[in-house]
Amino acid sequence: MTVTIALTVNGTERTATVDPGRRLARVLRDDLGLTGTKVGCDAGDCGACTVLLDGAQVCACLVSAAQANGASIVTVEGLADPDGRLSALQRAFHRHGAAQCGICTPGMLMAAADLLSREARPSRVQAMDALGGVLCRCTGYQKIVEAVLDVASNAPDPAMPASGVAVGARVARLDGTGRLDGSELYADDQHPDGTLWLKVLRSPHPLADFTLGNIDQWMAATPDVIAVLTAKDVPGSNSFGIYPTLKDQPVFAERFVRYRGEAVAAVVVENRAAFEGIDLVGFPITWNPRDAVVGIEAALAGGAAQLHDASPGNVLIRGRVATGDIDAVFAGADAVVEDDFETPFVEHAYIEPEAGWARPIDGLDGSRRIELRVTTQTPYMDRDEVAHVLGIAPERVRIIPSAVGGGFGGKLDQSVQLPLAVAAWTLGRPVAALWTRPESLASSTKRHPARMQAGLAADKSGRILGYRFNGDFDTGAYASWGPTVAGRVPVHAPGPYRVPAVLATSAAVYTDGPPAGAFRGFGVPQAAIAGEALMDRMADRLGIDRLEFRLTNALRAGDTTATGQRIEASVGLAACLEALQPHWREYLDTCSAADACGGPLRLGAGIGCMWYGCGNTSMSNPSIMRLGLKPNGSLVLYNGALDIGQGSHTIMAQIAADALGAPLSLIAQVCGDTDRTADAGKTSASRQTFVSGKASELAGRDLRAQLLRLANAGDDAVLDFEDGRVVVLHDGQTRAIDLEGLPVDSEGDALVGTGTFDPPTEPLNADGQGTPYATYAFAAQIALVEVDLELGTTKVLKMVAAHDVGRAINPTLVEGQIHGGIAQGLGLALMEEYLPGRTENLHDYLIPTFGDMPEITCILVEDPEPLGPNGAKGIGEPALVPTAPAILGAIRHATGVEITRVPALPHRVRAALRAQARAAE
Amino acid sequence: MAVGAYTRPTRLPDALAALRDGPCTVLAGGTDHFPARVTSTPDEAILDITALPELRGIRRLSDGGLTIGACATWSAVIAADLPSACDGLKAAAREVGGVQIQNRGTVGGNLCNASPAADGVPPLLSLDAEVELTSLDGVRRLPLDGFVLGNRRTTRRPDELLTAIRIPPAALDGTGRFLKLGARRYLVISIVMVAGTLVRAADDTIASARLAVGACSAAALRLRELEAALVGRPLAEAAATVTAQHLAGLAPIDDVRADGEYRCEAAAVLVRRCLADLAAA
Repeated sequence: MTVTIALTVNGTERTATVDPGRRLARVLRDDLGLTGTKVGCDAGDCGACTVLLDGAQVCACLVSAAQANGASIVTVEGLADPDGRLSALQRAFHRHGAAQCGICTPGMLMAAADLLSREARPSRVQAMDALGGVLCRCTGYQKIVEAVLDVASNAPDPAMPASGVAVGARVARLDGTGRLDGSELYADDQHPDGTLWLKVLRSPHPLADFTLGNIDQWMAATPDVIAVLTAKDVPGSNSFGIYPTLKDQPVFAERFVRYRGEAVAAVVVENRAAFEGIDLVGFPITWNPRDAVVGIEAALAGGAAQLHDASPGNVLIRGRVATGDIDAVFAGADAVVEDDFETPFVEHAYIEPEAGWARPIDGLDGSRRIELRVTTQTPYMDRDEVAHVLGIAPERVRIIPSAVGGGFGGKLDQSVQLPLAVAAWTLGRPVAALWTRPESLASSTKRHPARMQAGLAADKSGRILGYRFNGDFDTGAYASWGPTVAGRVPVHAPGPYRVPAVLATSAAVYTDGPPAGAFRGFGVPQAAIAGEALMDRMADRLGIDRLEFRLTNALRAGDTTATGQRIEASVGLAACLEALQPHWREYLDTCSAADACGGPLRLGAGIGCMWYGCGNTSMSNPSIMRLGLKPNGSLVLYNGALDIGQGSHTIMAQIAADALGAPLSLIAQVCGDTDRTADAGKTSASRQTFVSGKASELAGRDLRAQLLRLANAGDDAVLDFEDGRVVVLHDGQTRAIDLEGLPVDSEGDALVGTGTFDPPTEPLNADGQGTPYATYAFAAQIALVEVDLELGTTKVLKMVAAHDVGRAINPTLVEGQIHGGIAQGLGLALMEEYLPGRTENLHDYLIPTFGDMPEITCILVEDPEPLGPNGAKGIGEPALVPTAPAILGAIRHATGVEITRVPALPHRVRAALRAQARAAE
Repeated sequence: MAVGAYTRPTRLPDALAALRDGPCTVLAGGTDHFPARVTSTPDEAILDITALPELRGIRRLSDGGLTIGACATWSAVIAADLPSACDGLKAAAREVGGVQIQNRGTVGGNLCNASPAADGVPPLLSLDAEVELTSLDGVRRLPLDGFVLGNRRTTRRPDELLTAIRIPPAALDGTGRFLKLGARRYLVISIVMVAGTLVRAADDTIASARLAVGACSAAALRLRELEAALVGRPLAEAAATVTAQHLAGLAPIDDVRADGEYRCEAAAVLVRRCLADLAAA
C-alpha cells in the first residue's frame, strides 16, 4: 500500500507517495533526492542518518513515513545560512578538521544543531551527551567536540596560504565543503538512470557444500528478477586476490563455500524498490554443512582438513627475519621475559557500507568498455581485477571512485566491484549494489587474529640483547593480504630498538573464518602488543623506568636494524620519548597520589612505542602525479592518490603548489579516475604522503622547470599565474610566457609536469636481510587509565602521542590521523572482537564512542626524511600501533595483572584479577 | 488487519478494534522495530500507535501515584518533573541509546519488547510499577514482574494494548538510583544493571528499599529477600547487608558481552554500590 505524506523539509513543503512503513531515511534520500542524509546501519546504531524532526534529533532510519507525515524535518542540506554560506556550525567543523571521510558528518552536524538550538555555549559534557549517538570511525571525536565548543566564537576560516608557504600550513580541507553541506556524493548517492540492482546470495555456513536447484523456476515465480548470475556466468576468470599468483577467491563460489558470508550468486532485479523487497530465503539452493576449521590451532593441528590444495598444512606463507646468535644470547642473558599473546578478528567498521554501480560504455574506438563508480581505496587494482574477471584488457575498464566513507584497509579488497562488473557486462545495462550492514560485516575482510609467542633478553644494565618472536596469523578463508602481513610482521616485531639478535617468524594460516585482509597496520599492531608488553616487564624486572628503558634502547640515526638496514636519517624515536618525559612523570605522580587514596578505582600509566615502514615491503610501489597548466593560467593536479578521509587531496595540492611556486588556491584537482589520472598506487601502508607526496613534489618541480626554461630564468624566479600567461620575475627582469599560443593535450593542458617516485627498497633474503623500506615513521604514546578493580572496567583518561612525521605537511590533518588512530587502537585494546554470526551489527560489534575517548595531546616531531616531500613521511598506521600497548601497559601498572588477550573486556580483566588474588593466597 | 496494511489511528477504540480484528505488529517509537527488519521485511500488518493522544504524557494521579503513557518517550521522562524516587528511572532514560533513541523510544515499547537487557525494566520494578493493558473488553492491571516473563515474552494478549505504566503513591517516597555497566560509554547494551529505591526512617535506618537487577536473568529480577533484610538496618550498613544468597536468583548467560560468572560478580558489586549511594543520598 502507499499513502501520500506531506512534510516540511528544510522549510519547503514536500509530498511523497510511499509505503507508510518506509523509513524516513529512504524517503529523504530516494523519494526526495536529499542524499546528504547518510545510512550506515538502518538500525539506530550509528546515527549517520540523524535529522531534526520537529526540532529534535532522531535517526531517520527509525521513523516511518507515516510518523513523519505533517512534521518539519531539517537535514544537512538545510543547515547553511539563508544566503547559502556555510553556517557557523559548519564553518567550525571546517576550520577544526572535524570532518575526515565525512560520512558521519551530516549526523554529527544535525545532533550538534539540536544541542545548539537549546544551548548556544554548551559544555564539553553536554556536547558529548548530545552527539554521543553518532559513531565516527575516523576522527577519534576530539576535533568534533572542539568544533562544537567553538561554534559561538564564529572565528574566520583559516586563510589560504600564499605562494610558497602551503607546506606546514593548517589549511582546511580543500574538499571540505561538500562534506559539510551534504553535496558530496558517496557510493550510494548517485546512480545512472534505469539502473538494475543486484543482491548477493551469501553462505550462512562457514564451510558447506551446496547444490543449486531450479533457478529458472524460482525466477519465474519471483517478481522483478531479471537475472541470476553464478560462477558459470563469469566471462573471464572466476577468481580474484591481491597477489597475481594468489587469486584464490572466487567471485561466486563453485560447489562449496569456505566462510560465512561468501558470495554464491547474484540476483539482479528491475529497480531499487524490488531490491529493497527481494527476499532470497526461498532461493533454490541446498546446503550440506561440514565441520569448519575455526581458529589457528585447529588449522595447524595434525589431521586438520586441507583448505587449499596449494597450501599444505594450511600455511599460506611464512615470514622470517634472523640476525645474530639468538640461542646464545638468550642462554647468556641476565634477564629473560617471555609470554604468549592473542588478538581476535577486528572489523574496520567504516560507516559507509560497500556500494556502487557499473555500466557498459563505448570506447573512443567503438570497442565496448565498462565503467564502475565504487567506494574504494585502490582504483587501479580494481581496474585490473575487473579486467581479469571479465577477460578483457585493463584499459577497457574505467574506475571512477566515489567519495569514500571510511576505508582503513577494508576497501583495499574487492566487494561490490566484481559482481557488478559481471552483471553489467553480461546484461549490457547499468547495475547498482549496496551491502546491508550485516552483509558488510559478514563478507568483508578483517584484521588478522594473531597467536604470538615472544621472548626478550637483556643484560642487567638495561641493554636489549635479543628478541624471539613467532606469530601465527589467521588469514581466514582466502589469501587476501595475508602475505603482506606475514612479510611485514617479522621486520617490525623487534620494535624500534637496537636488538643485536633477532629471530622473528610468522605464518599466515588458512581457516574457515572471514578473509583477513588489510587493516591499518598489517599485523604490526598485533605484534606491538606482544613486544611492548615484554619491554614493560623487562624494565620492571631490571628496576628501570619503562620510558627510560625504551630511550636507552631506541634506534637512532646510523643504527642498523634486524634486517641489516642502516638507517641514516629521520629516526625520531628518541626525540619523541624525550618530548614525553615531562608528561610521563606527571602521569606517574598522578598515579602515586591516587593510590594513596585507596578504593576500588586505580590509576595506571602506560607507554607504547612503534616504528612503521612506509610503503610496500621490499616491493616496487611507484606513484605518478601530473600537474597541468591550462591556457587560462589555472592548474589541475591529476591526483590518483585516493583520499579516503585522511586528507591526501589537500596535502598533495599543498606539496605541488610549493614545488611549483604557485598559490594553493589556483590548483584544482581530478582525483582517482583511472582514465584521467596516472597510477598513484593504493591508499595503504602509510605511503601516500611519502610516495605520492614525493611524486606531487616532483610534478610541481617539473612544471616549474619547464616554465623557467621557457622564460630562460633561474630557479629562484617568482611565478605569477595570470589568465593567458605566466609572468616570470627573475633578477629584476619580467618575462611573460604566452599560454594561449601553446598546443593543448586531450585534457586541455598547455604544459604538464610529471613526477614519479618509487621508494628505493631491496628484496629480503631467506633470513630477512635487506632493505624492506626506504623510510620508517616512529612514535611513542603514553596513556593514563583508571581501572575499576571490582568491575574490571577501564577508562582511558588521557593520552599524549608523540609522532615523528618527518614534516607535518598539514598539522591539523596529522592530528586528525593521530586522534583517529588512537580511537581504533583503544577499540583494539578494550572492546573490539568480531565473531562471525554473532557480532554482525554495530550494537554487538562495539567501536569507541565519544565518551570512550581520552583527552589527547599531540606532539609532532619533525626529523626530516631526505627522500620525502619536504621531509615528510607517513602517519596513517603509525597513529594506531602504539595505542593498545600503552593502554594495556597502563592496566598492568594500575592492577598488576598481565592482559595477554585483547580486547581487555571487563570480564577478562576481572578473571585476571581473580587469578592474581588466588595466586597470592 | 490485512498483511501489508499500515494503520495509524487517532482514537484508542479504533486501535483496539484493529487489534481485535487480527494479528498485527504494534509500532511505537520504532527503535526496536526497524533494527529487527534490516535484512528482511516480514509480511505483517502494522498498527502504529503514536497518534493516540491517550498514550502520551506523564501525569500525577489524584491518589498521588504516577501514570506514564505507554508512548511517553525517554526524553519525556527526562524532562518530566518527577519526585526523587524516580531519579533511577531518569538515569536509565539517559542511558537508553543516544539522544536520537531517547527522543523516539517509548517506555511502553521498552517493556513490550521484553529484552532481558531492557534499560527501563529494573528502575520500573524498583518503583513497583504496574502495567495497564487495554482491550475492547476493558482494562486490566498487572504488576510489571507479572508482565515481562522472559526474553521477548510478556503476558500481553494479541488483542491488548499496553496503554500506561502506573507507579503507586507509596513507591514514590524516598530516592532512586540506576547503575548501568557496559563495555563502552554511549550506545551500549548493558552487561549488568541495577536499580534501587530507598526510603529512610527518621532514625537513619532503612524504612524500605526495593532493588532490581537487569541483564542477569531472562527477565529483570526484584531482590525481595534483600529488600526484606534491609528493613530496619542502619543506613550505614546498607551495602554490607548484601550476601551471595540475596543474588542467588540470578541466572545470567554467557554471551559476547560477558560471561555469567562475571555478571553475578558485577551484579553484587553494583547492588552494594547502589545501596551505598542511596544510603548516602
